[in-house]
Amino acid sequence: MNSKPIELVCPAGGLPAMKAAVDAGADCVYAGFKDDTNARNFTGLNFDENSLKDGIRYAHDHGVKVLIALNTYPQTENWSRWTAAVDRAADYGVDSVILADIGLMDYAQRRHPQLRLHLSVQGSATNYEAINFYRQRFGIQRAVLPRVLSLAQVEQVVANTDVEIEIFGFGGLCVMVEGRCALSAYATGTSPNCNGACSPGKAVRWEQTPRGMETRLNGILIDRFADGERAGYPTLCKGRFEVENETYYAIEEPASLNTLELLPEIMRMGIRAIKIEGRQRSPAYVGQVTKVWREAIDACRRDADHFLAKGAWMAELNKVSEGQSYTLGAYNRPWK
Amino acid sequence: MKLSLGPLQYYWPRQQTLDFYAAVAAMPVDIVYLGETVCARRHELRLDDWLEIAAQLVAAGKEAVLSTLPLIESESDLKAIRRLIDDGRFGVEANEMGAVHLLAERRVPYVAGPTLNVFNAQTLGLLNEMGARRWVMPPEASRDILAGLQANRPEGLETEVFAYGRVPLAYSARCFTARRFNLQKDTCEFKCIDFPDGMILKTREGDAFLTVNGIQTQSAKAYNLLMDLPALVASGVDVLRLSPQADGTLEIANTFRAAIDGSLTPGAAWHSLAPWMPSGGCNGFWHARPGLELVENSA
Repeated sequence: MNSKPIELVCPAGGLPAMKAAVDAGADCVYAGFKDDTNARNFTGLNFDENSLKDGIRYAHDHGVKVLIALNTYPQTENWSRWTAAVDRAADYGVDSVILADIGLMDYAQRRHPQLRLHLSVQGSATNYEAINFYRQRFGIQRAVLPRVLSLAQVEQVVANTDVEIEIFGFGGLCVMVEGRCALSAYATGTSPNCNGACSPGKAVRWEQTPRGMETRLNGILIDRFADGERAGYPTLCKGRFEVENETYYAIEEPASLNTLELLPEIMRMGIRAIKIEGRQRSPAYVGQVTKVWREAIDACRRDADHFLAKGAWMAELNKVSEGQSYTLGAYNRPWK
Repeated sequence: MKLSLGPLQYYWPRQQTLDFYAAVAAMPVDIVYLGETVCARRHELRLDDWLEIAAQLVAAGKEAVLSTLPLIESESDLKAIRRLIDDGRFGVEANEMGAVHLLAERRVPYVAGPTLNVFNAQTLGLLNEMGARRWVMPPEASRDILAGLQANRPEGLETEVFAYGRVPLAYSARCFTARRFNLQKDTCEFKCIDFPDGMILKTREGDAFLTVNGIQTQSAKAYNLLMDLPALVASGVDVLRLSPQADGTLEIANTFRAAIDGSLTPGAAWHSLAPWMPSGGCNGFWHARPGLELVENSA
């Protein structure tokens, strides 16, 4: 097993969530600025200068690292907004920035050579040659893997790179390779890659009809719910559609990723950090999930051979899962 | 303005694929991208077959480029890329950074493919320094994003734009074709082979929305930039990419060639392709609109 303990990396959509994560035992918190420089560019979310400074102070006082996600792709005409965000993050003394665009990595490496760079999941690096590319060219120290690899494939990556590997452990599940999905751009004009949002609220319409509750995205029918069915948010890939005369969740069922039971395996492989998704979720969610994962990681570190995902932990996590069900995602080969 | 034929996105039976590329030799395209760019499990043609097709197309006066997978998960996928680079006879289109790494290390010039997410001049400049001789704009990028890149384009670097076909929109570890038949990806029975243009995904109101093509999701509508040809010419684009489909690829290439040569107006050319766009056409991405929209130009 890797000598350094695995880090628990928790989401902070705002100061209360950041404090909740710190209080519940996170090793790192990750956050973004209030604009399209990060991939959770949602109304009412993220940090301005003051709240981020407060958050960094609070986290650092408790020995917790702060990572800033600047993981969308700048365009030529708005390039300076992203470089200014890198400068701000460095000036505030964050512990790392999480980047996807190689132009921005090059800038960060030249301008702030002391700043730790993490490769975002939005960089779509799924193999060690890609990760070693970012290491050699831009000096990245950690890579977050897309949620598409099986555990055996993750192990292959870990074995062939010096870069620290971080994987997603819990939360909402993108079924598409991150950084390789333009479905929202196609349907709504809002691009995860460039605008930092998917299936945006401004494009959503909920409509009670004689056929049931209908959810639309830019006018496109994403799903229709019978009375008594819980109507979910119309994330484009989580709707019910018709393919070859069958109507079903054609792309993905609304389930959450939960890898808690794989923890001994994850730690044995030398994975350096495990990430909790959900900057758009409430401070209560962040606190609850962080607490469970902290306990589980500590239990696994004490005795990996006898580690069992406790029923009480799973029950706590299930309570906050989307769609009230969870999956091991791609880490479990049959899912693929 | 050159025309290219993008890599075949679908899984056709071996003979159909061979016949198709035999016909491509006579199509009015200058560049042909070859190879499997969707799913590593597809095997009707092996790398040696693709290399053989490339040699035949070069003999017919085409530029042949072998495209790499956009999602590389296994050591065998990496081995295939190393073999391709070591072969060295043909150009390579890199569709993820692992391939860029291998090409740049060996100082082999390459095409920076449409999945590399090039949206700014700094990134384009870096790829050029690392050996890119041509780059393909991400289909979701607009003419404004292109303008920013063209204004700062390094000398000698060619620009290619996806101009016709169902747009590749997303890639997954999961196979949606297998899912439709309640199969797992590892035991998928290669169902893709039954759908030479993918499977149409409709909303519950019956609107054709997307196309399911294995692990790839495409638009249902055909992206078609013919009406925007004057703007493409004005922005200094060097190559327009056409994406193969089961029927009509020859007619589509002929129509683009006629529009480029001026023997068809862009508007007339666009409308003449209607029979090959059964779910309609769109050009929203180019106009910084939702991709599925069609912005009618005066042209």
